[in-house]
Amino acid sequence: MENNDNIDATLNHLFRQESGKMVAVLIKIFGTENIEIAEDVVQDALVSALETWKFRGMPDNPKAWLYRVARNRAIDIIRRKKHSKTIDFSDPKKQLLTSEYTLKTTMEDFWEENQVQDDFLGMMYSCCHPDISQENQITFILKVLCGFSTKEVAKSFLTSEDTISKRLYRTKEYFRKHKIRPEIPSQSAINQRTSSVLSAIYLMFNEGYNSTHTNQLIRKDLIRQAILLCQSLLSSEQTQLPEVYALMALMCFHSARLDSRVTAEGSIILLSAQDRSKWDHELIHSGQDYLNKASFGSTLTTYHLEAAIAYQHCCAECYENTNWNKILEYYNVLLNIADDPIVFLNKCLVILELQGPKEALLALEGIKKNKLLEKYYLYHATLGEIHLRLSNHSLSLAHYDKAIRLTQSKSEKRFLKDKISSYK
Amino acid sequence: MKEFMFLFKGGDEVWDSKSPEEQQKHMQHWQQWIDEMAQQEKFVGGERLYPHGNTIHTGSMKVIDRPLTESKELVGGYLVVKADTLDEATQMAKGCPGLLWESHVEVREIWPED
Repeated sequence: MENNDNIDATLNHLFRQESGKMVAVLIKIFGTENIEIAEDVVQDALVSALETWKFRGMPDNPKAWLYRVARNRAIDIIRRKKHSKTIDFSDPKKQLLTSEYTLKTTMEDFWEENQVQDDFLGMMYSCCHPDISQENQITFILKVLCGFSTKEVAKSFLTSEDTISKRLYRTKEYFRKHKIRPEIPSQSAINQRTSSVLSAIYLMFNEGYNSTHTNQLIRKDLIRQAILLCQSLLSSEQTQLPEVYALMALMCFHSARLDSRVTAEGSIILLSAQDRSKWDHELIHSGQDYLNKASFGSTLTTYHLEAAIAYQHCCAECYENTNWNKILEYYNVLLNIADDPIVFLNKCLVILELQGPKEALLALEGIKKNKLLEKYYLYHATLGEIHLRLSNHSLSLAHYDKAIRLTQSKSEKRFLKDKISSYK
Repeated sequence: MKEFMFLFKGGDEVWDSKSPEEQQKHMQHWQQWIDEMAQQEKFVGGERLYPHGNTIHTGSMKVIDRPLTESKELVGGYLVVKADTLDEATQMAKGCPGLLWESHVEVREIWPED
């Protein structure tokens, strides 16, 4: 008999990897108006795997087992519902599901490997439809394509299950009302549509990467899923775009430093103090590969530049060796592409490194009274640091205080409080 | 367009004599044939029948626990299709893979609803 923990671990892993693909195929079969049926089939397959494997041991090919159960379950449901109005069989291919002469072979066709991958990507594009808010996009992707439970999604967003259920409901309604059909967009629309898919993936990644979360497991899970989604875009020729490689590179560079960013107790370690031997050099290497592949064509996106900046940090042997000039150059180009106050704030931090606090403060004057930044803790933390270096202790204290009030993260609050207490 | 029914008769012995792999392959041919009709929006529906069943006699209402036809006349299933004429429907029926496995096809027009 198998070790039950082993079964749980395998199933968990399989579920995160495969449930999204299974759901995507099932949504294609049952239609976007029946997303619940698709989710139920996959859930049933999981439960039956758990029960069966605990008694009979794990099958030789757990993935194939799971897919087979889902397929058979789908056949059962079609046999039961083929005369009801729930499922729309008017499409010629789906019509073949209604006769026993063709049901099984047609069902097999739906699960053909290339087909599965395309359906998964198609579903990803549908989830990132520009009419759906980004918050709802990610909620939906995590739940439907990444195998997260409502509870896990709620944890990822630091919000209630109730809120998540409402978001999911709204998105499902949107799919239903507009009869969205999951498909990879045509060549003419692919660039634009990919950009919203990428920003959803990047947001998901950041949700995991930023230290707003105390729950390490959820954080790593989010990062892994974001990378997995990006990888699936790269596995299909239609969606192998330069910006996809660039985002992948960026995520590799960031993840490589993940474990050195916090202490075992969850306190933040600044870049300058991080143990660089803890960085994952294999990931940095993959990141370089992706960045090289990102440089075909004429597209230069914010992902390219952010990846280039992250790479500069990764390849510096120590903090003092960081090529700040190169980084400043990248920031200037980046600001030309996207005039983003937060990017500007980051540029000011580079100026602080290169030219000192006076110049940095001068640069920051340029974005004073920006409403977004006023509410951004890092803006105040930066000002706190600058004034500290200029020995304006009372001003520094005021900004640090504000930063502490603005951040939700316990570890960031602690970090800032430690900072203050060191000179108070 | 009119509707026609294809009645597939006989061939059960051949089916039973084949391996599961051969049967599966055979069903793929059925799928290709029906898919072609579906693509042209000429496929309406259809089902397969098990060979066993009961027959109820007229008058006495006596029940016999088997179909009354001989095996080569036994209906194994049906499809409903759309076609303009009996000739067209007959042409369509000629593609039936069952014909290769000793079942024959009867093409009949369905009574119009009104």
